[in-house]
Amino acid sequence: MNEQSTIVVAMSGGVDSSVAAALLVEQGYRVIGMMLRLWSEPGSEQSNTCCTPDSMALSRRIAAKLGIPFYSLDAKEQFRNEIVQYFIDEYAAGRTPNPCVVCNRQIKWGVLMEWAHALGADYLATGHYARLRMKDDGRISLIKGIDESKDQSYMLCRLSQEDLQRSIFPLGNMTKSAVRELAHIKGLAAADRADSQDLCFLAHQDYRQFLIRNSPGVIHPGEIVDRDGQVLGKHQGLAFYTIGQRKGLGISSPVPLYVIEKDSIHNRLVVGEEQMLGADTLVAEQFHWISNNLPEEPFTASVKIRYKAPEIHALVVPHQDGKVSIQFECPLRDITPGQWVVIYQGDECLGGGVIASERSIK
Amino acid sequence: MAMTKQAVWVYLDHAATTPVDGDVVARMLPYFSENYGNPSSIHQAGQIAEAAVEESRAKIARILDSEPDEVIFTGCGTESDNLALNGAAQINRIKKGARHILTTPVEHHAVFATVRHLAERYGFELELLPVDRFGMVDPQEVEKRVRADTAITSVIYANNEIGTINPIAEIGQICREREVPFHTDGVQAAAYLRMNVIRDNIDYLACGAHKFYGPKGVGFLYCRKDAPIEAYQTGGSQERGLRAGTHNVPLIVGMAEAFYQTQVKCQKRAETYISLRDTIIKTILENIPGSHLTGHPSQRLPNHASFVFEGVNGNDLLILLDQAGFGCSSGSACKSGSPKPSEVLLAIGLSPELALGSLRVTLGRNTTQDQITTFLEVLPGLIHHARKMAHR
Repeated sequence: MNEQSTIVVAMSGGVDSSVAAALLVEQGYRVIGMMLRLWSEPGSEQSNTCCTPDSMALSRRIAAKLGIPFYSLDAKEQFRNEIVQYFIDEYAAGRTPNPCVVCNRQIKWGVLMEWAHALGADYLATGHYARLRMKDDGRISLIKGIDESKDQSYMLCRLSQEDLQRSIFPLGNMTKSAVRELAHIKGLAAADRADSQDLCFLAHQDYRQFLIRNSPGVIHPGEIVDRDGQVLGKHQGLAFYTIGQRKGLGISSPVPLYVIEKDSIHNRLVVGEEQMLGADTLVAEQFHWISNNLPEEPFTASVKIRYKAPEIHALVVPHQDGKVSIQFECPLRDITPGQWVVIYQGDECLGGGVIASERSIK
Repeated sequence: MAMTKQAVWVYLDHAATTPVDGDVVARMLPYFSENYGNPSSIHQAGQIAEAAVEESRAKIARILDSEPDEVIFTGCGTESDNLALNGAAQINRIKKGARHILTTPVEHHAVFATVRHLAERYGFELELLPVDRFGMVDPQEVEKRVRADTAITSVIYANNEIGTINPIAEIGQICREREVPFHTDGVQAAAYLRMNVIRDNIDYLACGAHKFYGPKGVGFLYCRKDAPIEAYQTGGSQERGLRAGTHNVPLIVGMAEAFYQTQVKCQKRAETYISLRDTIIKTILENIPGSHLTGHPSQRLPNHASFVFEGVNGNDLLILLDQAGFGCSSGSACKSGSPKPSEVLLAIGLSPELALGSLRVTLGRNTTQDQITTFLEVLPGLIHHARKMAHR
């Protein structure tokens, strides 16, 4: 990387990507700002949390202030076909998806890397809180951002070596408060914008209503049963329930009952008492190892079973078929099929896969 | 050369706007802080300003072959279109019960959105003339469709997206014979074609200065003395009471000078433009498979070449061109990243997919043969990139 390098920066109008762009400009690179226009439900385009006309206008102003060109790109169709459809399909299959993880690899890096290449840019930069480190063999490691509370390496666990070789995360060595302060000092309009939280295309609405509008098939009533198969009531469709849920089941029982399993084969919602919740083992599929090296032996590591979950010590057992079993010391209540399990050793993110099933073996 | 960070960046989007000519700027400057009077004032400062405005009006009128008081100063070409269309349609509705508007499907939004508003809000019946595959209107179709209750006919002089020039004099003659007011949007045409309202039988001609090396924010409407019109913006008695508001003296002075500079040299410049334009058209059609010319091959603006490319997203191509050092445009100039196919391109029979792959190259006074040679060398590779991207 030298001073003449050209860098495409993904801009959203938010404080993080704005500061990322500003830092690269300051370091003397030739910077090109780009924004992806993603799909929103018809009628809610103004509420999409990252690419509304407002955030595009804001990005334009920031780019103008930084003296860099800025372009917005239409990725609506691809986003609808690949990410929103995945989201709907996963819920319909009784799982709980994480579209951001998939979007990063397929849409953000997929589209923008191609643009970086087409424009002769050397790198793609984003405002993610993560770091990169080169190993002795030239491979790139994905490292947590130093601001642990903001670390976003989880969201980047699907990126390939090719992606990482050409990526830059200018905020990886900064804390969120330092980023905000810098935005203030540099007079970037985005300094006080709230962080985006929800899925962008849900536009702050409940995902169940979104599913009903966009995939009416998720309304698929069936039986609520206990472990022994005794029918206790009716459910509206497995997509509307989550493992561990207690309220809103509409069944009366002397003891509190919880959703302990979503049996999509029989379209049954299995409930049980609190102690039946939890499993100490999960199996992950579609596992992606960032180093590209499949570990041969089981090893211990720290594991996150969802983005904001705490790291938990576990034994990671890679299988010949590419699946990975992860065994915890104590049962966990909220292992959720469809979410991504991401593995860490120290501050390094080793990779991740999608949770296929959970069970108890102890 | 525009102000960009690239060492070499070539502007090929003169249909969007042009730089203000240096002589024009020099003419304008004294009217900002020296001769700052209000032309409506009685005192000497006002008289100086008034003289400048009226001299400008006379200058434009001479070029158009009109009377000075037939030239009305406005804020831009769009405003001129609005004034003519609203003014004529409404007064004819009130006085004669006219309720028919005849126009084309290839108008600029300044016209099309205005007549659509008249139809939706005031009940005018909007009729669209057919156009051929080049976007050209057949005068005989006008003959067939004008009616006793036609409030106004509006046909674009030369199309901004596809460059096609309409047979304005013939259409104007038909309208004159049938006593129907005739408006034409001359915003693009006035920058490259010799304008003459008598020759062309025009009742209303809308122009904007920034297309012909004048400043942005000023335009004029030629309105024939006997043509029906009413005020759209009311207030003071400026501009025959048709366009109230203090005159923007420096911009008016600049526009008159720019129009003069443009019109006296337009035939001579056209030769240079046409030779470059035809090189572009010939080279692109020969060298790039799946490319098609849009608009008429010869009856088109001298500086205007426009195309569609199969399997290309026009927006992508514009980004690639910009970063390769060329500022161009597409039919659907859209910065939002969610392009819709241009209505003009659909009206000439292109499929929505093909219409999205449009490119417009418009030349200016400083465009050189070398720039065009480089452009033509670079373009095929960028089209290739854009096609790869569209098929991901």
